[in-house]
Amino acid sequence: MEALLAIAIGILSASGVFLILRARTFPLVLGLTLLSYAVNLFLFASGRLRMDAPPLIREGAAYTDPLPQALVLTAIVIGFGMTAYLVMLALRALSESGDDHVDAKEKS
Amino acid sequence: MNEHATILPILIPFAAALLQLAMKGYGIAAQRTIGLVAVLFGAAAAVWLLQLADAGNVLVYALGDWPAPFGIVLAVDRLAAGMALITALLAAGALLYASSGFDERGRHFHPLFQLQIVGLQGAFLTGDLFNLFVFFEVMLLASYTLLAHGGGLARTRAGLAYVALNLAGSALFLIALGMLYGTLGTLNLADVALRLQTLDGNFALARLACVLMIAVFALKAALLPLSFWLPHAYAAAGAPVAALFVIMTKVGIVAILRVQAIAYAPAAATADLLDGWLVALALATAGLAALGALAASRLRDLAAWLVLGSAGTLLVAPAFPQATVTAAALYYLLQSTFAAAALFLLADAIAERRGAAADTFQSGPRMHAPWLALAFLLTAASAAGLPPFAGFLGKLMLLSALRDSAAATAIWLVLLLAGLLVILALAKKGGQLFWVHTADAVAPAAPVADWRRSLAIALLVSPALLLALFARPVADYAARAAAQLHEPQAYISVVLGTTEIVRETRP
Repeated sequence: MEALLAIAIGILSASGVFLILRARTFPLVLGLTLLSYAVNLFLFASGRLRMDAPPLIREGAAYTDPLPQALVLTAIVIGFGMTAYLVMLALRALSESGDDHVDAKEKS
Repeated sequence: MNEHATILPILIPFAAALLQLAMKGYGIAAQRTIGLVAVLFGAAAAVWLLQLADAGNVLVYALGDWPAPFGIVLAVDRLAAGMALITALLAAGALLYASSGFDERGRHFHPLFQLQIVGLQGAFLTGDLFNLFVFFEVMLLASYTLLAHGGGLARTRAGLAYVALNLAGSALFLIALGMLYGTLGTLNLADVALRLQTLDGNFALARLACVLMIAVFALKAALLPLSFWLPHAYAAAGAPVAALFVIMTKVGIVAILRVQAIAYAPAAATADLLDGWLVALALATAGLAALGALAASRLRDLAAWLVLGSAGTLLVAPAFPQATVTAAALYYLLQSTFAAAALFLLADAIAERRGAAADTFQSGPRMHAPWLALAFLLTAASAAGLPPFAGFLGKLMLLSALRDSAAATAIWLVLLLAGLLVILALAKKGGQLFWVHTADAVAPAAPVADWRRSLAIALLVSPALLLALFARPVADYAARAAAQLHEPQAYISVVLGTTEIVRETRP
């Protein structure tokens, strides 16, 4: 399972970095989203992977570390807000310059 | 009541932002009044906090009363309290300036400004690394919108690059935090320090996590390979926004100073983490910034390059974790923050009086504002490090504290040469702004003198003189703050208490 997760994180972040380097606003947004997925999975794994263990501490029962789940939740919420703002900014740049390149010049 | 002083610098702007949102329908005057009252109260709270912190104990505020390391704590030492006061004063100047009309050029300026203060103050006061991430994001989200405030393609483009870069930086921060939690099992700074000291066996992963953390802070502080965003973004921002942004690079620098002094330097595993590379990169940053200042075509570009230059100079300090170097760096940080912020406001005031020439270094109409020329002379002389102003004292303290360090020759050479280039740039370009006129240029109608603008400029320009006059008490406080920062054991024992923490062994 560790290998599977590691491969998934690797593919997600590689695709994310590739898309960010495209220098067009829509691939940029997609790339940053993929990168944040990779990061969230990575954070999740920092509490170790355990099967059939809820993040609740009970006498004698197996449990998994609840903290990384709280961290991932926080990161998801923040990432969501940031992505929404980035999309808005990209739309504004498109309407002002008529081009979706990140270094677009003034509309002539 | 005293124990709640710790959280007041965060709560006051937060309450003000909520109130401003609720009172949106009551017009701009209500927004301004709430904002100005909030920054005044915030400054008063910061002064109070500074007095409490100067008693010598680290003030710990457990949010929700959960003890560290299980809950999130605010931990306020002299450094944090001092930074809170600098932020409050800078915010007061920037808000005063913005209240004279800039705030009406877009929507929701005032609540966003207050939320930016929340993020800044939180980042300085927190004692928990994940909480630091959250406050970074609060600060950044507000700054994204403030950067775009006022509109225009230049701001949108600069904003896009700035947002994308910082989102990538946040991803890196989360990776670093995940690795730190995976290896050490904690994210409380004091507990991280304690665990690093007792770490045995293979600590390659912990080292990697720590150095990733430094990389994230270096991005915020604009260390050389990660610094090309800064001149672009700061020069595009509106003047009051850029003035407030000056403190944002300082957040990164203070974070590096803090983690290095408290967690990394005392632990065998990470003591040599910053050796060798940080000084070289910091000096390269200072050199690049000096060249950029020489090549700048507008005063606001020049001010942005000076922010980068002071960041480069300051980032030499964390490589030498000694109290004397840190103390000198703190004084330098204080004066360079106000000088750069003042320069942004002056650039705006100058642009207003030169019509089409704005603040570009081309000959324009004659300006009839001797006080403006005087303010520029004072700020430029201080920023260039000329005696008798605060900039000179700051540089002198830093250079003399670094005299006995290993790379002293290189540091002196680069910093002094960079200083010379900055003097050249400021002298030449200041002369072009104030002394070279074209006879037929049409001067714009003289702007109405606004007391808020004059007061804001006076507030941010005067530290160049005041910090030189009162250099002794300020430098003494910086020395006490640095001495406290370099006693990590006291910090750890106050934050964590004396009870033994039961730890689970992890696979």
